[in-house]
Amino acid sequence: MSLILDHVSYLYEAGTAMEYTALRDVCLKISKGEFIGLIGHTGSGKSTLVQHLNGLLKPVSGNVYFNGADIHDSDYNKKELRSKVGLVFQYPEHQLFEADVFSDVCFGPKNLGLDKKETELRAYAALKQVGLEDEYFYQSPFDLSGGQKRRVAIAGVLAMQPEVLVLDEPTAGLDPKGRDEILDRIAKLRDETGMTVILVSHSMEDVARYVDRIIVMNKGQIMFDDKPREVFRHYRELEAVGLAAPQITYIMQALKKKGLDVDTDITSVEEAKEAILKALKRNGGAV
Amino acid sequence: MEEQSEEADSLAIWAGCRVGAGSGPVGNEENMLREITLGQYYQTDSVIHRMDPRVKLVTTVCYIISLFIVDNIAGYVIAGVFLALVIRLSRVPVKYMIRGMKSIVFLLIIAAGFNLFLTPGETIATFWKLKITREGIRLALFMAIRLVFLLMGSSVMTLTTTPNNLTDGMEKLLGPLKHLKVPVHEIAMMMSIALRFIPILLEETDKIMKAQIARGADFESGNLIKKAKSLVPLLVPLFISAFRRANDLAMAMEARCYRGGEHRTKMKPLIYKKRDGIAYGVVLIYLVLCVAVGKILL
Repeated sequence: MSLILDHVSYLYEAGTAMEYTALRDVCLKISKGEFIGLIGHTGSGKSTLVQHLNGLLKPVSGNVYFNGADIHDSDYNKKELRSKVGLVFQYPEHQLFEADVFSDVCFGPKNLGLDKKETELRAYAALKQVGLEDEYFYQSPFDLSGGQKRRVAIAGVLAMQPEVLVLDEPTAGLDPKGRDEILDRIAKLRDETGMTVILVSHSMEDVARYVDRIIVMNKGQIMFDDKPREVFRHYRELEAVGLAAPQITYIMQALKKKGLDVDTDITSVEEAKEAILKALKRNGGAV
Repeated sequence: MEEQSEEADSLAIWAGCRVGAGSGPVGNEENMLREITLGQYYQTDSVIHRMDPRVKLVTTVCYIISLFIVDNIAGYVIAGVFLALVIRLSRVPVKYMIRGMKSIVFLLIIAAGFNLFLTPGETIATFWKLKITREGIRLALFMAIRLVFLLMGSSVMTLTTTPNNLTDGMEKLLGPLKHLKVPVHEIAMMMSIALRFIPILLEETDKIMKAQIARGADFESGNLIKKAKSLVPLLVPLFISAFRRANDLAMAMEARCYRGGEHRTKMKPLIYKKRDGIAYGVVLIYLVLCVAVGKILL
């Protein structure tokens, strides 16, 4: 499984006075099983980019390949592509429409033409994957809490059993607890199924803990595409485009400036703890 | 937190409605206008753009009336020259006008066709059972010119005036009706809110549609019943979102003690300037000319 964007550019309102370049010559290769964080400021083109991944938008120039096939070939089966590359939009709970949670989750697999039994099995499995208790299955989705609605909506995409799961700002508007819950679920899901996950966010803090590759977008172009620790090394440049490295990076930088010889390539609090302890030990306990 | 962002959204919308023209991008308005050009407003700076919306409204009405007064070549030449002058002054590229014409081509052909073949009078040519008469040609021609001028004339107004400005002008013009207990301010407010919500709902439609397509929905294929059914996943969320937004907006307005038009002042009150007086003068001369030409040549 691989997804390749080859020199993709996209314009909104092409040919009018309001023409606006959303993507500029983006090249990208996503391989099976990767856990990617796609980060950028509002308007940097992240949402436009992910809509290219399942063929919702057609690039003005350039090509998108899924498993080696050009997805905009006239005989390419887009519907199948969309079941393989599951895209969860921002505020996905706004797309719920069925009378009860279970039938809403069934919508995706039903559209794939699966029989009733298979559809329901998949819906059930998906709802379990997002951790929704059975008691909610036959409630109206509109009676659920914000976090629950979001999980139902994510289950709606998971039920299609995609190979690639793309989530556009899955934590927007959730409280810290809801946010951690969703992200933990996604991380766990990825560990269990080995699916490729692309997490779109504007918060480094959110992604840094989970992903093993970060793509930073700025003004429709890819600015950095590397391991988190490599990306965070450029925290000054990140600041310049309205982003920031995780707070722990700043703490480590500050410690180093104060003379404590710590490793600054740190992405999580746990790693930081180890690094500080190690540095202290080297100093013989005296700072 | 979601509510917070949505509330901020509706506040911005409300602010956009009230501040009126030239309020600039409010929130992500810029983003939305990129997607849809509502009321096809064309942003540039010209005398016509700066003109008081009341003048433009009155002029448009007068122009439409004039098109129905005149019924000879000289009259249409005057109307044409007047229109060309205004378009030139407005600095809106003519291609925008032409683009608007596309929507009435069909209507134009039918209307002209009927007039051409079905007007009784002196026969010039005959195709099978259809006779073309001298009067028919004249009527068809005039009808076509009238329609084109009508649409161009009114699109000059919508191209040079923001919807907010337009409703402001309308509110002021209809002001006297207040004495007859007509809720003029409320009507204008409803209009501006409705107009402001069109791009938002269009964007929302686009978003929901994409989300459902991503879940394998198919809005295109199938017969009529299947197509209608496929709209359910689109319409239900759309209605819910419209109600939610309306609710948020009402709440936001109430939180700011909005009480309708009573003793309300405006940030940008409409005041006639010298150019507006001149414009009224020009329109008056134009009207007199149209009537005179009609009388003399009759």
